[in-house]
Amino acid sequence: MPRKLTFAQAVREAMAEEMRRDPAVFLMGEDVGGAGGVFKVTVGLLEEFGPERVRDTPIAEAGFMGLAVGAALTGMRPIVEIMFGDFITLAMDQIVNQACKLRYMSGGQARVPLTIRTTLGAGRSSAAQHSQSLHAWFAHIPGIKVAIPSTPADAKGLLKSAIRDDNVCIVFEDKMMYRLEGDVPDGDLPIPFGQADVKRPGEDVTLIATSSMVHVALKAAELLQKENISAEVIDPRTLVPLDREALVQSVRKTGRALIIDEGHQKYGVTAELAAVIQEEAFDDLDAPVARLGAADVPVPFSTALEFETIPNEARIIAAVKATWGPDGKKR
Amino acid sequence: MELGPEKLKDMYRRMVVIRKFEEHIYDIYTRGLMPGLAHLYIGEEAVAVGACAALRDDDFIASTHRGHGHLIAKGGRIDRMMAEVMGKVDGYCRGKGGSMHIADMSLGILGANGIVGGGLGIITGAALSARMRKTDQVALGFFGDGALNQGIFLETVNMAAIWKLPVIYLCENNQYGEYTAASKVTAGHDLCARAAAFDVPARQVDGLDILAVYEATQWAVDRARSGEGPSFLLCQTYRYRGHHVGDQNTYRTKEEIEQWMARDCIRRLASRLTAGGSASEADLRAVDEAVEAEVVAAVDFGLHSPMPDPREVVEHVFA
Repeated sequence: MPRKLTFAQAVREAMAEEMRRDPAVFLMGEDVGGAGGVFKVTVGLLEEFGPERVRDTPIAEAGFMGLAVGAALTGMRPIVEIMFGDFITLAMDQIVNQACKLRYMSGGQARVPLTIRTTLGAGRSSAAQHSQSLHAWFAHIPGIKVAIPSTPADAKGLLKSAIRDDNVCIVFEDKMMYRLEGDVPDGDLPIPFGQADVKRPGEDVTLIATSSMVHVALKAAELLQKENISAEVIDPRTLVPLDREALVQSVRKTGRALIIDEGHQKYGVTAELAAVIQEEAFDDLDAPVARLGAADVPVPFSTALEFETIPNEARIIAAVKATWGPDGKKR
Repeated sequence: MELGPEKLKDMYRRMVVIRKFEEHIYDIYTRGLMPGLAHLYIGEEAVAVGACAALRDDDFIASTHRGHGHLIAKGGRIDRMMAEVMGKVDGYCRGKGGSMHIADMSLGILGANGIVGGGLGIITGAALSARMRKTDQVALGFFGDGALNQGIFLETVNMAAIWKLPVIYLCENNQYGEYTAASKVTAGHDLCARAAAFDVPARQVDGLDILAVYEATQWAVDRARSGEGPSFLLCQTYRYRGHHVGDQNTYRTKEEIEQWMARDCIRRLASRLTAGGSASEADLRAVDEAVEAEVVAAVDFGLHSPMPDPREVVEHVFA
């Protein structure tokens, strides 16, 4: 029986279930204990698991990320919460130079079962240091798996897989989605990394979207349907590993692709996915691959400016139509 | 714990292994048999050996870019280390890490590290893990004077102190961070005060006196194992050679180097052994010769080990 859960509840349930299942799993981060997290994701965990396993840290991202790496190397399975994705810049040495490379540098001796949870996404008037979507940085680095769920069910299933994985995994949660409700199936159901999910089937164009952009794409698809354009919406769910085959198959069917992601457009996720499609489905394309990322500016504060930087339904619809050319004819 | 003559002779032998290992590293490096960078530990042997003598096999260490001495002191195999620095398949890391990344997880050696201060998070996390797994293992992090000025030092010592973690922060002040004198870039005349600011007990140690290093480490290990929390050891030492092989040493004088060399840590323990009657000059010479043969064999092992198959390049990214 599926139940309605918010995205935040689904994330919490995944952590609680994994902590019950495996005593090596523990959570650390800023205000994850007594306060229940700044986004109230971890409410109740301290009461159930105690302060050793739900550990409030000082505001010292490099330090506690470093501790998590050492704990993971020596038999624990830490989950580290980085409150705002922007703060992860402070911990980059620990993640990029240490966690992601220890297994390779040691010739396969080291095992680093570390899960990092953090946020992405603008739209909260939090300005440039609390709104970035930095997932592409991690997808660029060998040695880390990257999940970017769009629904409560996916968030729960992917986080469970991340916690059980013997590698470094990072899960990006859009802070604007924590209150989003969705059906979450009962039971212990980890979702394997590397499996895309078709969120809406369609025939005429493939919209590849990530995280909260999936919901924007679904709304755009509904509006396009009114104009008799049938859009397929596909969510890669994990950037590393990437389900190339699912994306390519969809584009082979529709002949058109628009990629939507909230990271900055230049050198970002949209660029990589566009490259994958042209490498593997060039002959099936009826139009150049189109893409929409966040504007290449720091995220501004004023609501009049902030929403100018994020892909929205109108821009998606315009970008889809542009693939048919200015006269609406097939190119 | 009082050190018996056998233990002292073993400590002597380990220091000689490190010295000779590093001399052979210099040799193979300058003969073009070892690529990359070579950071020699010559002069500092008493710190690694004295500290590791106070550890159990199942305790953890984290090391630095100048890590060969720490690894040997904790029990690392010198043949596999030699193979690794040459990029060979029988190396500890199958040639994927090289000199700055040798690790032996089975010996609790959580890795040398190419980032100054890079081991501080790892070792503090290992201490947290020991606590959470309810073992009485302790974790000892070696780092240089340069790492004292990294933010991660403050962050990790702070957490170790608030959570009373079983960790020993062992700073090897070899007086230079790369080519710059530590005194030029480090504020405060009393570096132990940095630990004291967190209520972490600290001791300054003559790093050329292996017994002093051992005794101070044993004190810190006892504290850690009995749940009293972290300690900080500041070991004053000196590297005889440059920052790396090829460094021209233009930033310090010959006189300064000679002054430190006159207090050599290996000769100091040798004198103590012979004066106390634990060993004769001939005994020690026999140790030196046996070690030389052992290191030559290790070099030979490395030279004869094959290069890794190029197909291995994609292995070990993920478990």
